[in-house]
Amino acid sequence: MSSHDTSASGRLPHAFTTPGSSSFVEFLSGHAPQLLPGNRPAGEVHAPHGTTILALAFEGGIVMAGDRRATMGSMIASREIEKVFPADEYSAVGIAGTAGLAVELVRLFQLELEHYEKIEGSLLSLDGKANRLATMIRGNLGMAMQGLAVVPLFGGFDLDRRLGRIFSYDVTGGRYEEHDHHAVGSGSVFARGSLKKLWRPGLDAPGAIRVAVEALVDAADDDSATGGPDHTRGIWPVVATVTESGYLRVSDADLAAVAETVEQERRRTHEGRGGAR
Amino acid sequence: MSMPFYVSPEQLMKDRADYARKGIARGRSVVVLQYDDGIAFATENASRALHKISEIYDRIGFAAVGKYNEFENLRVAGVRYADLRGYSYDREDVTARGLANAYAQTLGTSFTTESKPLEVEIVVAEVGRAPAGDQIYRLAYDGSVTDEHGYVVMGGQAERLGGLLAQEWRAGLTLPEVLALAVRTLGSPAEEGGEARTIPAAQLEVAVLDRTRPRRTFRRLAGALLEDLLDAD
Repeated sequence: MSSHDTSASGRLPHAFTTPGSSSFVEFLSGHAPQLLPGNRPAGEVHAPHGTTILALAFEGGIVMAGDRRATMGSMIASREIEKVFPADEYSAVGIAGTAGLAVELVRLFQLELEHYEKIEGSLLSLDGKANRLATMIRGNLGMAMQGLAVVPLFGGFDLDRRLGRIFSYDVTGGRYEEHDHHAVGSGSVFARGSLKKLWRPGLDAPGAIRVAVEALVDAADDDSATGGPDHTRGIWPVVATVTESGYLRVSDADLAAVAETVEQERRRTHEGRGGAR
Repeated sequence: MSMPFYVSPEQLMKDRADYARKGIARGRSVVVLQYDDGIAFATENASRALHKISEIYDRIGFAAVGKYNEFENLRVAGVRYADLRGYSYDREDVTARGLANAYAQTLGTSFTTESKPLEVEIVVAEVGRAPAGDQIYRLAYDGSVTDEHGYVVMGGQAERLGGLLAQEWRAGLTLPEVLALAVRTLGSPAEEGGEARTIPAAQLEVAVLDRTRPRRTFRRLAGALLEDLLDAD
């Protein structure tokens, strides 16, 4: 048994039985602050970096998608890293930035939501979840100043308003609600351009998945740090929908089919002509 | 200088135990039963918000009788314990045994060192991948732990209801069967020759740890779903 989950007598420590907060992060910062992300000293560090995440709204929910590449300088650190996760049953979080910190932050955020749900017996509102994430990002500001920034994209189904909503953040914890679609990470400029042209009101789920894949392909086309669909190895982006019925990850088989269609269409437009479209 | 009255340790402990037992006996009973696909918890509870049965972790459930503020405090401590363990190690490393030990120490220390023992009785249950892996621990007000198999009853009528379950419970019952058994047991007459009550679904708090569910196995059963399950048998 580790030293921080029981006291010398074996009794649960007083911090555990103190009434009050239903926040796991607050509990952790009081009781075991060494476990919090961002509470460690760091010099100049080269660490793997995650890249493009995008999200778009459709009728009845949102789609969130992320490519699978992590880079370290000009090198590819990983071809199959996952950067889009379920935050809880009705929301998804995707993270661009320093991969190690991002994954840890997601783990803590997932636990924060679950902890609240178990202690309070009810779900946090979507705005509540979005604000909670902002506070956690702000806690990482010290690391961000040293180049280890983490920038999430958060989205989910708002059970009160019955619609999908998307939130973006900056490194200082600023929280901004986005309309219709948004992208973060190194390939985001290209993905956003693509989303602007492809997104339209009244998209259904398959249509939105198609738009997401196409925007990722565009990002991978022009950004060296973003990986496109990998037919050789069978590695597809992580794409998930969040609707009234919850978080659902799109299967690899479906994504392979969508990626194939996108590719075929592009191949047709290139036939007989050179150049880069 | 006046001398303090001498009270023998036996008497002191007995008084404390009687005090705690009296507090616990006032509450309505909670039954915990194993069934083929998991572990079911049931109690008579008119409140929809003040739960006696709760989720601790992926495969761990909690049920308590006694003073609400005291077991609520222990429940929150248990959630914090489990979440902290799962965060520091892995979700797989959170076990009912570890939690039961921590609770036992907490209850034991309170019983011997604090001015008033905790008036609670707790069950910590963990559902396994197969029925053989299920674990049910019962913790008394003084910190004593018992490893139970099949079924447990806590609260005022524990002994009498336990006797009824001993006759009827067997391994491999289905969910509708154990729920019917639980409701029948909870509503059985307190005196011989008394009339059995039928407890309506709205007055019941029922939850299960369902081994067929991925990740978080705890699920509350209420409303139409519970009525259907109770009618099914």
